[in-house]
Order: sequence, then structure tokens, then C-alpha cells
Amino acid sequence: MKKVEMPKMGDSMEEGRILRWIKKEGEEVKKGEMLAEVETDKVNIEIEAFAGGVLRKILVPEGNSAPVGAEIALIGAPGEPLPDYLGANGAEAGSQRQGSLASPTQSSPLQTQSAQPYKVDLLARSSVGLSPEPTSGTTTIKRQDRIFISPLARRLADENHLDYATLQGTGPNGRIIKMDIEAALSQQQSAVSPLVEPVTPLIAPQVFPPVSAAIDSGEVIEIPLTTMRRAIARRLSQSMQTAPHFYVTSVIDTDKLAAFRQQINEYAANDPAPVKVSFNDLIVKAVAKALVRMPQVNISFAEDRLLQKKQVHIGIAVAVEQGLIVPVLRNADQRGILDIARETQRLAEATREGKLRPEEFSGGTFTVSNLGMYDVDSFTAVINPPESAILAVGSITPTPVVVDGQVVVRNRMKVTLSSDHRAIDGVTAARFLQEVKRLLEEPFGLVL
Amino acid sequence: MRTMTYRDALREAIREEMLRDERVFIMGEDIAGYGGTYAVTKGLFEEFGEKRVRDTPLAEEVITGVAIGAALGGLRPILELMTINFSLLASDLLVNSAAKMRYMFGGQPAVPFVVRMPSGGGAQRAAQHSQLFETWYAHIPGLKVVMPATPYDVKGMLKSAVRDPDPVLFIEHELLYNIKGEVPDEGVEYTIPLNLGEVKRSGSDVTIITFSRMVHVSLQAAEDLAKEGIEAEVIDLRSIRPIDIDLLVDSVKKTNRVVIAEEGWKYYGTGQGLAALIYEHAFDYMDAPIQHVTGADVPMPYSKALERAAIPKKSDIVDAVKAIVPSALVRR
Amino acid sequence: MAISNATLAGLTRTELLEMHYKMALIRRFEEKSAEEYTRGKIGGFMHLYIGQEAVGVGSIKALRLEDKILCSYREHGHALAKGMAPGAVMAELFGKITGCSKGKGGSMHMWSDEMGIYGGNGIVAAQMPIAAGVAFSVQYQGKDTVIACYFGDGAVDEGAFHESLNLASVWKLPVVYVCENNQYSMGMAVGKAWAVDSLQPRAAAYNMPGDQVDGMDVIAVYESMKQAVEHARSGGGPTLLEIKTYRFRGHSMTDPAYYRTREEEQQWRTTRDPIGIFEKKLLENGLATQAEFDDNDARAIQVSEEAAEFADNSPDPSLEELYTDVMVDNSTALTYRYERK
Repeated sequence: MKKVEMPKMGDSMEEGRILRWIKKEGEEVKKGEMLAEVETDKVNIEIEAFAGGVLRKILVPEGNSAPVGAEIALIGAPGEPLPDYLGANGAEAGSQRQGSLASPTQSSPLQTQSAQPYKVDLLARSSVGLSPEPTSGTTTIKRQDRIFISPLARRLADENHLDYATLQGTGPNGRIIKMDIEAALSQQQSAVSPLVEPVTPLIAPQVFPPVSAAIDSGEVIEIPLTTMRRAIARRLSQSMQTAPHFYVTSVIDTDKLAAFRQQINEYAANDPAPVKVSFNDLIVKAVAKALVRMPQVNISFAEDRLLQKKQVHIGIAVAVEQGLIVPVLRNADQRGILDIARETQRLAEATREGKLRPEEFSGGTFTVSNLGMYDVDSFTAVINPPESAILAVGSITPTPVVVDGQVVVRNRMKVTLSSDHRAIDGVTAARFLQEVKRLLEEPFGLVL
Repeated sequence: MRTMTYRDALREAIREEMLRDERVFIMGEDIAGYGGTYAVTKGLFEEFGEKRVRDTPLAEEVITGVAIGAALGGLRPILELMTINFSLLASDLLVNSAAKMRYMFGGQPAVPFVVRMPSGGGAQRAAQHSQLFETWYAHIPGLKVVMPATPYDVKGMLKSAVRDPDPVLFIEHELLYNIKGEVPDEGVEYTIPLNLGEVKRSGSDVTIITFSRMVHVSLQAAEDLAKEGIEAEVIDLRSIRPIDIDLLVDSVKKTNRVVIAEEGWKYYGTGQGLAALIYEHAFDYMDAPIQHVTGADVPMPYSKALERAAIPKKSDIVDAVKAIVPSALVRR
Repeated sequence: MAISNATLAGLTRTELLEMHYKMALIRRFEEKSAEEYTRGKIGGFMHLYIGQEAVGVGSIKALRLEDKILCSYREHGHALAKGMAPGAVMAELFGKITGCSKGKGGSMHMWSDEMGIYGGNGIVAAQMPIAAGVAFSVQYQGKDTVIACYFGDGAVDEGAFHESLNLASVWKLPVVYVCENNQYSMGMAVGKAWAVDSLQPRAAAYNMPGDQVDGMDVIAVYESMKQAVEHARSGGGPTLLEIKTYRFRGHSMTDPAYYRTREEEQQWRTTRDPIGIFEKKLLENGLATQAEFDDNDARAIQVSEEAAEFADNSPDPSLEELYTDVMVDNSTALTYRYERK
């Protein structure tokens, strides 16, 4: 035999009055069905059966009150005997019980407040009970996993109206952190306005290996994309798909350049701020000078027009774990060689430390990519949009050459210029490369 | 500037305050004839005599009560407790009387006294003599708890503590007495407020919040981290209560990451309290969960090998930093 | 009966009658406090001094205004005896801003710089080391002030008792340690708690004078205390007094006192009431009349009523008071800085 008790309908409720028994004694009751209507101090509500069976006994007749928790009815099997305490005349005993318990309770002002919302809750619950609930599987509720995001990252995303749900977090446990938001924002910016200066970087400088677990599914290991990898993929595909690349290669004799470099370094070692100049610094200097002389290479293709840049900002591709970043040496044409060397070293360091400021990896007008240190004879590079050209520099290698009819060994390097044919023609590219070659083979031109 | 030890800076501060103010005296176990267990008070007895440099019986409760009573009576006592471990014998008077007399008597009495006591481990003194209890006292409204880490700070802060109108628990560290640092020349009067922390090293990538001896360990860790491209900001709390939360929040806003490094136990301690405060005041600036470097959650072992393992080391701090600093910042 | 102008223990009739009034005041004040407690006007712990009036009044009579007293948590009587305004004491019990501690201390924490009342202490025996410190401060400053430190027989069992007496003796501090032996530390009978049946051997152990006094005889208390105070004031150091008394009420308001018989209580109340004993002595010596006692009592009742009225009519502390007085410079209190924002 299951007891039905006067329910507590709100914190302040102490007793309730039965307005109406919806079920009659002897009637079958299903779990969840409405049993009776009860009046509390402020609201009238229906109460449901928490057990199924037959309503065997009503202990509190209509119109009578009972305190919260008091038995008001019994539900059981049809033949189940009633408890002894009810005796032959259960209703009488029950009414005695309720009579002794039902004392008027003082209502406090708070009850008004607490009772009202409770009614709403209860009705909502009863409607669920009445309409059959869809069985699981018939509806496709997309389960939204909790997104791990740092408080700071969430705030930044919210402030910039960025939906971070699709971002791949690169923090511990795959947590989305500030860097991820910044990277996403810089991508978003470039996607929205690709032609607006300053040009957005190839990719944001924040790089680090994905912490989210790689999935080993037998033959392949699935590695989730980092933000950086995603950016590289998107930007460079866009470049190859939209910019018709063509390539011009030249071989540059570097013996004089090497001697020149040695002289500079002897000088620079005794400079108040000593610095070591690399071949790449000299190449950057040469490119910058060549761009000043041939501004038609310092250019962007902008669909309905060409944008020729007045400033020469050279991007220098720097490899980092998981990708590459192109910090920008601003106003390279106006810098002396030592200055270029210093600034380049600083940028490279900042790049590896992930500390580039936005203006330090955006706004480039031409890029130099040097794989010489990796024993690469030559290679072609993908243009870094919206720039129109990129110079790929190979290793310096001793090469037998014929000079004045004699076979001699000279140090040479191959450089390959990739150009966007929409903006630059073959002859322009060739002449530009020729100018670079001239400057590197007669390096005094770099300082004159 | 001169270079002097923490011990000498401390002694100089005591001496200067005693010369400045007749009401200032120092009392404690073996501070006069013996010169102090850690030789901090050496020579003061000879200079000032028994009235102002007073040896006491080994009775932490009454000597603490005497310090409180003397403060109520208008003096400015400096009480040296031999170690913070013994302060538990006096803790009733510190907590139940000194900390609350002003409040429970409606703002009438003031209890201006300083309790100096060394704390900390690292000298193989085993479980009962290697503890840090600043956490216990810093929990109590009505007390000030300071833990200077450098000779400069210890001198300036002791002078402030002696002049402070409220009870100040001045917690030193057994292993700091011999460290050296710059202190302004004799005759250059300076004091350091008891409610301000200090950025001991500035950095942009992570804030290491620390105090007492761990300041030095943290600074060494920061140097190592810098070699790997991580710039850590090291904040020396100096004062545990009151806590300079503004300084911490400002730093967190800059670095977005926090490592708390303390020598004491982890659970329910100073660091956990700080972490809660930081979450409360700077949650929206956090890019990573706070990391907490602490002593091992065990009574201090005697064995050199075990003790070394129980006390946080530089590498613990470096590891904690790397756990939350994006690896893009770590130079490879 | 003729009124004599003779003195008793060197005290004039006026002084003696004032002592009588103070004892009556304490009795009536405490009765009023008990009443207000049952009405819910006073909360927390409240330890009544009824039965022990002679100790506070007799010993404090031997002190000067500038001498300081430090007490246990049973301190209303001492505060009144030392001169605190009954209204300020009652308002403190009521937790009102006009209380002697702005309503922040309550029954156990009464303070007055002006009257030399350095507080009750809710920790048993904690006042003893602090009293030594206050005594040290006057010694250091070369003053001839004396400190009286009151404590119960329970405090004798604490370590602080030993440490304090030893140090006070070694340093010859001007402090009188007054043990009010009311026979019970809460419910623990003193015979079960002490290894000796008197503090005399203990005083001897600390190499200081000691005395055992009938605490129901205000004149005996006064005389013994006077000697101890003079000893201290003249640089002789501390004294340990054991004053044997009895509290007529339970330990605190909620103590049904199961640990002692009603007969025992009745015995003390009827035969050993300190006020009755004092009145009898004054009458026998022809120093006062029953009418004067009655006047004193009527005045005590009226003053107690007025004190309760004053307390009842006084405002609660403003909520601002929650955060004041934590530190001298409250800007250095954490609550002040971070909870009030």
C-alpha cells in the first residue's frame, strides 16, 4: 500500500486543502496521473500520483485540509488489505486524523511570492506528463559538448562577436586560449577585407603543437589542424588558385658577396652594438634596392586595379614548429645593412618566442624565403598574398664554371622568383631578378 | 648603497628604532646574553642594557602576553619568538587577544607590537622545526603578517612594523639570514609600507606570485625561463595580510597566467587563498588555470634527501610555468 | 542607635556606605541583567557576579583610579566597582552603540581607559599574561601604578597561571593576582581540580607573598588587598591572593547547576551573603543604619532600572560599525578594502 502525502508546494506552504478528488476510490490510477486538486494559501494546483495502482482510500475528504506530509490517500492493489489503523470505517478515522491536524496556519507575506512561481513549474511538469514524451532516438538532438575556453579567451571572443564553437583550442586539454582567438580574429579580418592595408599576415604568429590528441586509426594517424596549419592551408591554396604563378631562376656568383660580407662582419664585430650579418641580410638589402628601382614589382593585384606600394616592406619567412611565420622588415630600403641584420635577428627571435606584434607580421610587400641552410639547390615558393612576388633562395654551392676559358670553381646560389602574372610580366620579373643578381655580384652597389 | 646580510639589516633596523624611540624595547628567549638564536640581536644588549634588551624564561604564552600588555600600557615592544613553531604556544594570545582587543573593546585600545619569528625549512630541523604558519595567522582579522625576502625589505619593513599601531607578525626565514643585498647607507632613513607587494622582476608571459625565501627561488627560475624565451614577472607579496591584491590583478591583466610559489603546505593555505582572490577579481583575464607550487603535503622529514624533495625547487616553478605558457613562447 | 564617626579598617563612614552602595548596586544590577536576559534583550553568555560582590568592591577600594584592572569574563561587578557608569555597562550587555565597547564586546568585554578597566577576557587565564605586560609597562616607565588581575579558581589550572606568576615574580612586576575562588570552575569542584587546597603553597613556589581571605567579608578583602597593593606600589613585586567566595547563581545564565545541591546554595545565601555580613558589621559597629541600607538599595534598584531603560532606548550600532575598529588604520584591514567595495 502506497501512501499519498500532502505535498509541499513551495517553501512557505504548511498545509493544503483538498478542493476536488479527480480520482474516486476504487478507480485505477497510473503513475503521473492527476489525483486531486489542492488549494494552498494562494494557489490551486493539481497533484499527481507518484505510484500506480488503485486509489484504495481517500483519507482527507474534499473541502478538508491537511498539513504538508500528512497522508491524504492510499494507493494499492485491488485486493490488498487496508492498514489496521483505518479500522472498518477508514474514512471516519481519516477525517479524525485530518481534523486534529488541520489547524489554520499563519501566512507570511513571503508565501505570496514563493507560491506563485511554483504553480507555473507544476503546470509545466503536468503538461509533460500528459503528452507522451518522444522516445529517445526519434529526435536528433545535437549534443553540444562543453567547449573548454579560458575566461580571457571567452571574453575576447564575446567582445569581438566571434563564435568560438568551431575553433580548435591549442591550450592544455585543447582549451581555447587567447592566442586562438587572436589568430581567428586576424583570419576573419583578412577574409573580410583582403585588399585593405595593412595587409594581414600569412598567418598569425602564435604557433604551437596541437595538444588535442592525435587519433591513430590503423593506417593513418589523424592529426587535428592547428589554427596555424589551417591558416597556411587556406591562404596558400587561395594564392595558388587565384594568382597565376610563373617562375624565373637565376644563378648568382657569391664569391664577391662572401668577401664583402666578411669585411662587413669584421667591421660590425667592433661596432658599439656588435652584430653578425648573414647572406640573407644582404639578399634582403639587394631585393629592397631592386624594388626601389623597379616599383612595378612592389605591387598588389586588386581585381580592378593594381596597387603599387610606396614603401618597401620585406617579409622574411621564418620556420617555426608546425609551420611558418613571415615577420616583416619595414622600410627595408631605408635601412643600412647592419640595421637590417639587427632588426631581422630581433624579428626572428620574437617570432620564435611568439611575441610578434600584429604590425610586425603584416603589411609586407615582397617576401624572401631562404632554404639555403638546408642544403637546397633551388626551389619555388608560393606567393604570400596580396604580395605579387616572392624570392626563393637556395644554398650556396661550389660550382665548376668557365671563366675566360678556364674551368674554375666558384660559389654560386640559385634564386627563383615566383611572380603573380596578373600583376607582373615575364620581362619585368627577369629584369628584377637581373638587378638583384647585379647587386649581389657587385655588392658595393648595396652600400652606394 | 651598501651590501649587507639580512641579519645585519634586521639588527640595524631594531637598533635604529630603539635609538629613535625610548618606548621601543626587545624581549625574547636568549636574545640578550646569547645574542639571539640566529644572532639577530647580537650586541644590542651591550649597547642598550637589560631594561631594553630583555631575556625571558622559556614561556611563550606569558612573554607574548607581556608584549601585548606592554603595548596596551604605551610601549612599543618587539618580541622575538625563537621560531614560529613555538608561536603555537602563544597563539591563543595572538589570535584571541592581540588580534581582537581593539575590535571587541569598541576601538579603545591599540596593540602596537611586533612579533619577530623565523620560519621555514631547509636546515634539516625535522618536522617540528621547519614549518610555515603565516597562513594560520593571516587568516585572522586584526593581525598584520609580513614576510620580507631581502635585506632592503627587511630593514624598511621592520621599521614600519615597530611604528605600526597594530599587531604585526614579522616572519623571517631561517635560510634568509645570511643572504646579502643592497641596503641604503647608514643614516639614510627609509621605511617600507606594510601593505604593498613589489614586482621583483617584470615580465609579460606569466606572473609568479611568491614571498619569503621562495622569492629568490622564483627569481632564479625566471632567469632560466628567460633563456627559453619566457618572461616571467615575479611578485614578492612581502605582506601576506593585508594583501596587495591590486598589484596582483594588474599583473594578471598583463600576463594572463599565474603561478603561485610558496614553501608551505598546499591545502587551505596562503596560495589557495590568493588563487580564490585572483579568480574573484581577475577571472576574465585568466587564460590558463592558476598553477600552485608548494611544499610536500607531509610533516617535514629529517633526511637531507627527503627534505630536499619536500621543499619546492627552481625546477618545480619552471615546470609549473611551462605547463601553462603556450609552447609557442618556448624557444626550441 | 547613635551613629559613630569611628572608622573601620581606616575607612570613613562615607566610604563604607559607598562600598555598601556599590555592593547593592552590583546585586541589583545583576538581577536586572538576569531579567533582561530572559526577555531576550541580552544575548550570548552572561556570567553573573551575585554572591561575589565583596571581592570586587573590597579589592578595588584598595586601588587608585589610575590603577588598572584586568578581569575574567565575570566582570560586570568589577566594572561597576571601578567606576564605570551602569548605563554604559548595561548598554554593552544590550549590544548598543552607547555601551562601553560600542556594543561590540558584550558581557565579557568591558573597557574604559578613563577608569583603568582593561577588559574582561573570554579565554580562561588569558588576562594573566597580559596583566604582567601592563605591569611591565608601568615598571618600564617608572610609574607607581598597580595592576590588579582577577581570575577564577579555574584559571589556576591553566598554564598561563604558572607562566605569569613566575615571570611577574622574577621581574618583580607591580601586579596583584586576585583569585576569586568561588568553588567551581563551571561545574568542576575546586577540590577535584587542585592538587592543593589553598594557593598559599603556590605563592610560596613563586617566591611571592600570598594570602587566603574570606571573600564574603568585604573589609577583610579590602585589608588584604591594601597590603598587596602597597607591596606592589613600593616595588616589592607581585602578590597572590586567594579570596574564597561563592556565586549564588549558576556559572552562566543557562547553567542549571546540577553539580551542587540546592541546600548548599541555600546555606550560602542565607548565612554567608556578603551584603548581609557587611550590613551586620556596620550595624554592630554603629557605623550605619538600616534606613541607610534601604536607601542604598532603593537607589541601586533605581539606577539599575535607569540603566536598563537607557540601554533599551539606545540605538543599535550602525552597520558601518561592522567594519570599523578592526585595525587602528582601517584602510589596512582586508575587510575594509575588499568586502566593502
